[in-house]
Amino acid sequence: MQFFRTVLTIARKDLVIEARSRELAYTTLFFAISVVLVFSFSFVVEGVALTDAAAGILWVAIAFAGTLALGRTFERERQGDTLKALLLSPVERPAIYVGKLLGLLLLMTAVEAVIVPVIGLLFQAPLGRAPWLLVGLLAAGTIGFAAVGTLFAAMLIRAQSRDVLLPVVLYPITVPLVIAGVRGSAAIFAVEPNLAMAQAWLSMLVFFDAVFLTLALWVFGPVMNE
Amino acid sequence: MQKQSPVVPVFLAVAAGMFAYAPFLIDAAPYESTMGLIQRIFYYHVPSAMVMFGSAFVCGIASAVYLAKRSPQSDAVALAAAELVVVFGLIVLVTGPLWARKAWGVWWQWDARLTSSLVLWLIFVSYLMLRRFAGAGSEMLAAAVGVFGMANVPCVYWSVNVWRTIHPNTNVVRSLAPEMRLPFYWCVAAFVCLYVGLLLTRLRLEQSRRGLEAAYAEIED
Repeated sequence: MQFFRTVLTIARKDLVIEARSRELAYTTLFFAISVVLVFSFSFVVEGVALTDAAAGILWVAIAFAGTLALGRTFERERQGDTLKALLLSPVERPAIYVGKLLGLLLLMTAVEAVIVPVIGLLFQAPLGRAPWLLVGLLAAGTIGFAAVGTLFAAMLIRAQSRDVLLPVVLYPITVPLVIAGVRGSAAIFAVEPNLAMAQAWLSMLVFFDAVFLTLALWVFGPVMNE
Repeated sequence: MQKQSPVVPVFLAVAAGMFAYAPFLIDAAPYESTMGLIQRIFYYHVPSAMVMFGSAFVCGIASAVYLAKRSPQSDAVALAAAELVVVFGLIVLVTGPLWARKAWGVWWQWDARLTSSLVLWLIFVSYLMLRRFAGAGSEMLAAAVGVFGMANVPCVYWSVNVWRTIHPNTNVVRSLAPEMRLPFYWCVAAFVCLYVGLLLTRLRLEQSRRGLEAAYAEIED
C-alpha cells in the first residue's frame, strides 16, 4: 500500500508541475508534429504515402518526442536538485522509479492522443480498422520505451554530456520495441491487413516490456545508490 | 605491481601459431560449389561472430556481478569484454559485406542476422561512449547498459528474425562438408584463444592503470 501511495505522490507531483507550466506537453507535441512534417517530404511520392510509411512515421515521432520529454523531465529534477531530495527521502527506490515512469507515461499518452489521429488524417491510415489492437500496440510500445528511458535518463542525470548520451544509449536498446511496434501497426494499416500478425507482435511487445521492466526495477536501486 | 601471469603469452602464442597454420588447412579444404573462393571468408567471419556474441554475454554477466557486488575486478572484466565485442564486431561487419557483395550482389541486406549484429555492435559502442564521455561514476551507468545489452541479444535476435531472414542459419555449421569441418573448428579455436589472450591482456592493463591511479592519489594526499 505504502508503495502505491509513494508512486502516486511522485507521479502527481510531476503532473502538477506540468499542468502549471504545460511546457513539456506543448514543446513535445509541436516537436512530434514537425517530425511528421519532415518525414512527409521523403515518404510521400506523387501525393501518395509509401507503403508502411504511416507506421514508421508514427513510431519515429513517438520515440523522438519521448526522448525529448525524458531529457526535460529529469533536467527539471536536476535544476532544483530535487532528485537528490527524492532519493534521500525514506521511500523505496523502485517506488521512485515507478512514480517517474507513471508521470512520463501519462504525458506521452497525452501527446500520442493528438499525433496518432494527426498521422491517421495526413497519411490515410485506417485507425478504426482494429482500434483496440492499435491501442494495445501503442500502450505496450510506449511502456517499454518509457521503462528503459526513465532508467537511463535518471542514471545520466549527473553525467557529463547527458543530452547526447541519452539517445545514443536509448535507441539501440529499444530497437526490438521499435521493430515490433512498426511491424505490428504496419500489419494493421496494410491494404490487406493481417490482424493475426499484429497480435503476434503485440504479444512480443508485452514480453519485451516484462523483460525491460524487471531489469530496470532491479538495476535502478544499485545505480541510484550514490 | 603484481607479477605477470605466464598464461597470457601462452594464449597469444597459441593463437598466433594457429592463425599462421589456418591458411594451409583452409587451402586444403574443398571449394564450395556455388560461391567458390569467396566462401573462404566463412572461416574467419563465423568464428569472429561467435566470439562477438560470447563476449557480449561475458560483459553482461560481469556487469550484473558489478551491480550486485561492486567489485572493481568484475567492472574491469566488463570493460575489457565490451571493447572486444566492438573489435570482433568490426571484423564481422567488415568481412560480412565483402562476402555479401559476391554471394548476394549487394554490400548490405536488411537481413535478420546482419541487422541484429549491427544493433548488438551499436549497443556496445554506446557502452564505450558512455564510459568515455559520462565522467565520474560512469562505471555504474555502463554496467546497466551492459546488462541491458546482454538481455537484448535474444530480444533483438527474435524480433529481427520474425521481421526477415535470408542469411544462412546456424544449421549451416552442422551440415558442413566433413572436409570443411577441421579448418572451421580450427579457426574457432584460434579466435577463442585470441579472445582469451586479449581479454587477459586488457584486464592486466586496466589493473595497472588503477594501481597507478591509486599510487598517484596516495602521493597527493
